[in-house]
Amino acid sequence: MPKNKEIKKVLVIGSGPIVIGQAAEFDYAGTQACRSLKEEGVEVCLVNSNPATIMTDKDIADQVYIEPLTAKTLEQIILKEKPDSVLPTLGGQAGLNLGMELAESGFLDAHGVRLIGTTPRTIKKAEDRQEFKDTMAKIGEPVAASLVVESVEDGIKFTNTIGYPVVLRPAYTLGGSGGGIAHDETELISILSNGLRLSRVGQVLVERCIAGWKEIEYEVMRDAAGGCITVCNMENIDPVGVHTGDSIVVAPSQTLGDKEYQMLRSSALNIITELGITGGCNVQYALKPDSFEYCVIEVNPRVSRSSALASKATGYPIAKVAAKIALGYTLDEIKNAITGKTYASFEPMLDYCVVKIPRLPFDKFITAKHTLTTQMKATGEVMSICNNFEGALMKAIRSLEQHVDCLRSYDFSDLSEQELIERMHIVDDRRIYVIAEAIRKGINYRTIHDATQIDEWFIDKIAILTEMEERLETEELTEELLKEAKRVEFPDCVIARLSGRSEEEVRGLREHFGIRAAFQMVDTCAAEFAAQTPYFYSVFGSADEAAEFDVCRYMADGGECSGGQAGCPDVVGHDGSPARRKKVLVLGSGPIRIGQGIEFDYCSVHATWAFARAGYETIIVNNNPETVSTDFDIADKLYFEPLTPEDVENIVKIEKPDGAVVQFGGQTAIKLTESLQKMGVPIFGTAPEDVDAAEDRELFDQILQETEIPRAAGGTVFTAREAKEVAKKLGYPVLVRPSYVLGGQGMQIAYSDEEIEEFMEIINRIEQDHPILVDKYLMGKELEVDAVCDGTDILIPGIMEHIERTGVHSGDSISVYPAPTVSESVRETIAEYSRRLAKALHVKGLINIQFIAVGDAVYVIEVNPRSSRTVPYISKVTGIPIVDLATEVILGKKIRDLGYTPGLQPAADYFAVKMPVFSFEKIRGAEISLGPEMKSTGECLGIAKSFDEALYKAFLGAGVVLPKHKQMIITVKKADQPEAAQVAKRFEALGYTIYATRHTAEYLRAQGIKARRVNKLHQESPTVMDLLLGHKIDLVINTPTQGRDKSRDGFLIRRTAIETGVNVITALDTANALAGSLEAGGRELTVVDIAAVQQMER
Amino acid sequence: MKAFLILEDGHIFTGTAIGAEREVISEIVFNTSMTGYLEVLTDPSYAGQSVTMTYPLIGNYGVNFSDMESKRPWAMGFIVRELSRTASNFRCEGNIQDFLKRHDIPGIAGVDTRALTKLLRERGTMNGMITANEDYDLEEILPKLNAYRVGNVVDLTTCTEPSVLKGKGKRVALLDLGAKMNIAKSLNARGCEVTVFPAHTPAEELMAAKPDGIMLSNGPGDPKECGDIIKEVRKLYDSDVPIFAICLGHQLMALATGADTHKLKYGHRGGNHPVKDLETGRVYITSQNHGYVVDMGSLDETVAAPAFVNVNDGTNEGLSYVGKNIFTVQFHPEASPGPQDCAYLFDRFITMMGGE
Repeated sequence: MPKNKEIKKVLVIGSGPIVIGQAAEFDYAGTQACRSLKEEGVEVCLVNSNPATIMTDKDIADQVYIEPLTAKTLEQIILKEKPDSVLPTLGGQAGLNLGMELAESGFLDAHGVRLIGTTPRTIKKAEDRQEFKDTMAKIGEPVAASLVVESVEDGIKFTNTIGYPVVLRPAYTLGGSGGGIAHDETELISILSNGLRLSRVGQVLVERCIAGWKEIEYEVMRDAAGGCITVCNMENIDPVGVHTGDSIVVAPSQTLGDKEYQMLRSSALNIITELGITGGCNVQYALKPDSFEYCVIEVNPRVSRSSALASKATGYPIAKVAAKIALGYTLDEIKNAITGKTYASFEPMLDYCVVKIPRLPFDKFITAKHTLTTQMKATGEVMSICNNFEGALMKAIRSLEQHVDCLRSYDFSDLSEQELIERMHIVDDRRIYVIAEAIRKGINYRTIHDATQIDEWFIDKIAILTEMEERLETEELTEELLKEAKRVEFPDCVIARLSGRSEEEVRGLREHFGIRAAFQMVDTCAAEFAAQTPYFYSVFGSADEAAEFDVCRYMADGGECSGGQAGCPDVVGHDGSPARRKKVLVLGSGPIRIGQGIEFDYCSVHATWAFARAGYETIIVNNNPETVSTDFDIADKLYFEPLTPEDVENIVKIEKPDGAVVQFGGQTAIKLTESLQKMGVPIFGTAPEDVDAAEDRELFDQILQETEIPRAAGGTVFTAREAKEVAKKLGYPVLVRPSYVLGGQGMQIAYSDEEIEEFMEIINRIEQDHPILVDKYLMGKELEVDAVCDGTDILIPGIMEHIERTGVHSGDSISVYPAPTVSESVRETIAEYSRRLAKALHVKGLINIQFIAVGDAVYVIEVNPRSSRTVPYISKVTGIPIVDLATEVILGKKIRDLGYTPGLQPAADYFAVKMPVFSFEKIRGAEISLGPEMKSTGECLGIAKSFDEALYKAFLGAGVVLPKHKQMIITVKKADQPEAAQVAKRFEALGYTIYATRHTAEYLRAQGIKARRVNKLHQESPTVMDLLLGHKIDLVINTPTQGRDKSRDGFLIRRTAIETGVNVITALDTANALAGSLEAGGRELTVVDIAAVQQMER
Repeated sequence: MKAFLILEDGHIFTGTAIGAEREVISEIVFNTSMTGYLEVLTDPSYAGQSVTMTYPLIGNYGVNFSDMESKRPWAMGFIVRELSRTASNFRCEGNIQDFLKRHDIPGIAGVDTRALTKLLRERGTMNGMITANEDYDLEEILPKLNAYRVGNVVDLTTCTEPSVLKGKGKRVALLDLGAKMNIAKSLNARGCEVTVFPAHTPAEELMAAKPDGIMLSNGPGDPKECGDIIKEVRKLYDSDVPIFAICLGHQLMALATGADTHKLKYGHRGGNHPVKDLETGRVYITSQNHGYVVDMGSLDETVAAPAFVNVNDGTNEGLSYVGKNIFTVQFHPEASPGPQDCAYLFDRFITMMGGE
């Protein structure tokens, strides 16, 4: 079926801010889909509240609305832009829900707009628990015994008929929010009541527990003519009971015979056909390990995290094909871009094995429970490819960047056999290391399987790795042993540690024996057809294809080759000129984690494109399957590899790049600088010594002295004793933090010697290569700039002001551009200081500087001569593409040549507010109060003519939809009472009823506020908790007691509020901002096409 | 123990010996299925060939005898990247290593199967030898490799005596040209009583059984080697009995009715080949295992019309015979291993026989 010619303009719905369960994969899917639509000549109008995404770039879509994802906003955009179609299946659950809302309200019909991709009927059949169950029953697909309930009583009644344990799944929530397994009635009541409230439709599925069964997923595609294929299947190593997003996953399945594989495959096709899905779909199964019995767990009628993983695992571009199907094409009409010969109606065949490991945020939330459940907790993931499972697992482990490089990275050797067995029953992020120790202790596979339900095949693979550890420790390092160790991907550093040699010795031995990494191509067809995909992974013990690829490509271009290797200069073009373009290695940013998110992928991708425009051959190295950068058509070549020195060196040896660029890939890339230099790879842009100078306390102090820029007094220390001495000199409070960290990890405000001791102990749990910084804590306005410097001139697109005062991590602050409250003098000082700093640090490329303004005095907090998390935001709101400019500058251009006048650029005539978004409800037990350590997972933008409207939109985009019940709770520490009273007055004026605990209430009443007193937790009922559980509270304002909060009351109130879906504010600045936005709220909002606005300004 | 795979063009792959320790010369082919290695090994169509699995991890779920497609493995050798030392599955009855040994099939593990596959793809299917003899003499071996021919392997694989699978529905005569078990099973599962006849059964004898329909099975080798059988197939064509044919059966029917066949460069072997039903326009993913194909150019439109076509390379995948109750397919609707998407063709056959 050819393209539907009636589709001319499509509104694509994005997925909004990054939260746990809905992350970068939707930027990847959305970007790919938009490009795919534009390729077909369709006009694309995009809406997404997330400014950190690539999809919200004006070169991806024709109109870009960075607006809150609400039905109201979408209606306004549809009225304004008049698209003929809406594509809702690429924006995750958020996009799908919105599409449904628009369809169900009749708005789409009324305006003659159709939903393409998948019909509302189909979405309902897949998403509504009862309809789904009925549909499955109709086609004979088994589901676990279950009942949709709308009340706790019904839940108890039903569970009594099927028996405990039961799984609870709220309808229409993402990442399994609010779900869980209940083993008894108490747990049932607690989880169920919460789930009912979180569900958009007040429904929760109570289901027979099939925990322990194999969890298998199929990614399926179907076109409107009924043609369907499976892209790949995946097996979760962790059996049912752990959310697939938190499981270690392998593709394809490893322990299924053809009969089981085909049984589930046929079932998946059966389901997608019955649901009538047109596009991509994910079907999850539970397969009983000792029979052919299976249950359908769920179906996602849209692209998902799993489909992003499947796309990267196979090279089959699911989102791209889904977009083409939405336009009416059938699978056999869509060419497979990888082979150029086959079509999208081809099922990928792998001749390798893929392992995915989730990146869990427990390093950020030290109080959180590490247990993995049906509620997803991972912020990101890594993927690795190898031609054996053991190797893929080893590569994935070291890709995590969590100080792990092998199965010994967590030491459980002091546990007894019995303790190990008990420990294995706990499903957490370290279980695989516990299993490895159990194997070392000689516990048999059967026992391990009984404790974990993990298939013995996987246990044996782990055993192969522990046996290799032992061999390396005890045997002579022969050629045969070294070969085998490398085949299963032991990194040199681990081989060195185990064999008691130095890493250099191991490397030397490898060279001696000629044991080198070879690169294989991901070609979707197991080499059956010649492919032209520039997508590679490394293995040991096979023929290299990356070098061959280059030669073939040059030959195809008409070049001649005199037996050359990849990148060798004797490959020449058809016109006799050297065919070899200059090569740049772009190092990606690895897994998404708090503090290093999708923003750095935005930077890496833009830098890659800018290098390509400048005529460079671009090579991306990254290991994150969710991102745009690991789409194989972004760079000239993609290496899907861990970002460790050894892995990168393997690539360098083959590619011999002319230089590498590290300033766009966050800490991950920066950390590789020294190693790259050792390999002889020049670093493009700011010199590594200058990057160091900005991080090194003493060098940096020297620069500040020379440039006459003040900063908060401070010192560097290694021990708690030294820290206390410095603090004594400075006077409390002081800021304590390790150097060379991102996202303020480990940063704390200390108010006493005890706290210093506590913080230093925590920081030093991980061995510190660099000193710890202790600074005087200044209270003022935080300001931030991202700028481009060409060594002489600096271009500052704008100044961002943080709503929250110093002490809240910049990534967790509400950030406003242009800075609304600073004086002209402060602005000038900032521009001047920025210029001096960039010059003194010889910055070539990007620089991010954070300042504090106390009155008119400006202090510098920190300087990072590289890209930052605010780069996409400031680029979009000012229309100045600073990554592109930085890349041009790196390549030698001057700012003046690029059509810009150096200095601080004139402010826009609208306001843009960047609002942090958190995922606290997903992480049980996490401390939610804001501080110097970053906790947000994503961000959204509010853009409008007035500051208040922009702020309102930003809150709306972050899901703060107020007022509802107009009741709130205030409980603050004593020092905050005067300010809290001001806040309370504003909310009272907005019609809010204010509840407060005793001291706060007394103070508020004394200030003339009608605060109602409510009891603390230990007092008699009704207490704060009862109020919260009554579900009639809009908002809790709670400022934690000084330093690290140890008061269980505050912590419990915050957690309960978060877990019951109540908004919690822990900084009074945020509270004031919210009050301001509510005061301005209620009026009609205007939607802004950011692409058009900037066009006008230019 | 070390083992070697020596190809007729002089390429040598080194690995470890698995299975029987004898030497074997055969045609070398590759299969891209990620599961179903036991079904592949026991598929009679591999007679005369050694099969390379492109999926690198083989043996993970062991061996389960009920998955066998015939009574014994027919592949002459087995070439893999890695053989799992553990076999884990609730139905597992043994491992591949022991299975190969028991059936005296030599094999080699540790081969760079991707490099081998690329060679076969670029140069076409080649002959080769699997040997554990480290002192092999290329000059002596290569002429032997070049001289090897698969030959008439239908005779080797077909049954010797007729047998019956009882059923209450339509009565099907299945001509066993080296049939996979699942063809008979698929028909039997639909109620058919299936009588399996040896390949050289005369048409008259087959017709004498008064079947409601005739099924021509898959089988190994070059269809043109089956001259005698083709003559009998022609007689079947001339009868009015509904006929359904798969793979070799499909090729023999084409040859019997005047069309030609030729050898593909490296064949279609795997479980992911898209095939378009020309009548409905729908594309199905199919299981395939064939080295020869019916020549599209040789078709007489008044005799047979293409019914299915391969989406990848446009080769013929099925024929519908004009004015006849006959249709034939190149791919394997019986799957095993591979996708079951085309199992509906057995239903169609039953309809052709006047069944429900």
